[in-house]
Amino acid sequence: MRLGTVSGTRARGDGPLKLAVPRGALLEGTLDLLDRIGVDTAQVRSESRALVFDTDDVVLVTMRPSDVPTYVEAGAADVGITGKDVLMEQSERIVYELLDLGYGECRMVLAARRGDDALAEAEQRLGAMRIATKYPRAAERHFQESGRRAEVIEVKGSVELAPLVGLADGIVDLVDTGRTLAENQLEVREEIATCTARLVANRVAHKLRAAEVDELANRMREAAR
Amino acid sequence: MTHRIPPGTRDILPTEMRELRRLQGALSAVFERYGYGEVATPTIEYDEVLARGDERGAPVAYRFFDSDGGLLALRTDMTVPIARLVATRLAATDPPFRLSYFANAYRAVRPQRGQMGEFAQAGVELVGAEAPDGTAEVVEVLSAALDAAGLTRAVIGLGDADLYRQLLAELDVSGERLDRILELLAAHDLVGLEREVDALGLDARARETLLRLPNLRGGAEVLEEAHELGGAAVERATQRLAATYAALSDRGVAGRINLDLGLLRDLGYYTGAILEVYDPAVGHVLGGGGRYDELVGRFGRSLPAAGFALYLERVHIAQAEEERLGSREEAPA
Repeated sequence: MRLGTVSGTRARGDGPLKLAVPRGALLEGTLDLLDRIGVDTAQVRSESRALVFDTDDVVLVTMRPSDVPTYVEAGAADVGITGKDVLMEQSERIVYELLDLGYGECRMVLAARRGDDALAEAEQRLGAMRIATKYPRAAERHFQESGRRAEVIEVKGSVELAPLVGLADGIVDLVDTGRTLAENQLEVREEIATCTARLVANRVAHKLRAAEVDELANRMREAAR
Repeated sequence: MTHRIPPGTRDILPTEMRELRRLQGALSAVFERYGYGEVATPTIEYDEVLARGDERGAPVAYRFFDSDGGLLALRTDMTVPIARLVATRLAATDPPFRLSYFANAYRAVRPQRGQMGEFAQAGVELVGAEAPDGTAEVVEVLSAALDAAGLTRAVIGLGDADLYRQLLAELDVSGERLDRILELLAAHDLVGLEREVDALGLDARARETLLRLPNLRGGAEVLEEAHELGGAAVERATQRLAATYAALSDRGVAGRINLDLGLLRDLGYYTGAILEVYDPAVGHVLGGGGRYDELVGRFGRSLPAAGFALYLERVHIAQAEEERLGSREEAPA
């Protein structure tokens, strides 16, 4: 077992750092980044059923991106990688955001039907827009910050459906190329944020395993350039 | 039929209660040994009393009216009631005051995240003793309390509450920008901080200071690194920390200190040294504290003060985790 030393304080015999790795859209970029900093990702790439992978320098724990803040906040993972969209939606979770890793870039936008004024009309005549989204808290905050009122409707599946059948006047969602929007006759009305992969850390690990966390963050910063 | 209890509260059964009482007994023996007499204050206070102590502090969970129409609130911690006590009941007595308490406090939280709206605190307040010696005494008591709880690996984070306000004032950052940066520092969002700092258009040196400070944590070498960053505000905070650290070395407790220039506490009354408590076995903060040299003055009696509070239930969880890790290490491989 490798002993992590904390500069000036004490050694902790709890093994290597645990890094929460997001499955899904960010997995490929994350594994490429890990390869570049010399972490062996061959096992993760091959055994897709296992969830925990020991490497020479960190333990990789794979999970849904939206679970990363949960595991890191509780200290079940010392550090983790997830999208800014997830961090915006779970902003009440106490995790330290250390680094913008640059990959996995997409935009969180407000979109509505092309050539249709339902959004503006709802706001002016009814005082509130109906917005369907998988990001209810981020959406709510965006409208609050711009002094508007929205009735935010949380949906789990294809958000694009909502304005097509009249559930909502518009949607707040992540777009990458914008193709899905275009195919559903939707267009971007407002940009809310640009989201990329971020390195986050547990508050206690960031303090008690400072040297290891900083070293990992520095390697990632170099590799992410 | 289910009869509910309010969210954020819970019942405690005998097995847990026995262990909590044992922990409390161990802590109480330490507080008594250092001469900190136990006090109790009402669970309910006038809302205006709590607000006077901490206007941008912990959110009050419960407010209600008494029969005369007075607005009451459940206390959010014990520090404000003790400041009131020292300025009123003890007004005729000479400082210093060494007081300890075991008490429940109440804060508005989101219970679905496992945070409790009602929680037990164990702590001490030393009123009438200046920095750095008063601070060092409080840290020594805290260190002894952690040992008595069996948390010999626990670490005490030591930072400075005035650092960022003074630094940002020196850099002429004010208004909304100031609030925004303090918010990012409190959340420790270093990505957002870098963006916000870049928008300020500071010179390279000031920029580096603001971006590097939150990452400076560790042993005495941290003070050297902070000193190299330069600037009057950083220098003053570094001097304050160095003085406290020296006083802690004299008392033999510097070994478990993690100097942390990124530390911020969420309560509004802190001045100078601030504390946080961690144990490597758990991902949560076990307690905190610091100096509050202006708080007692708000109740009409200007006295320097410092204290800490441990979250009793979280310390208990850390004990259980340490026990589990210990038995795993002892077991044959």
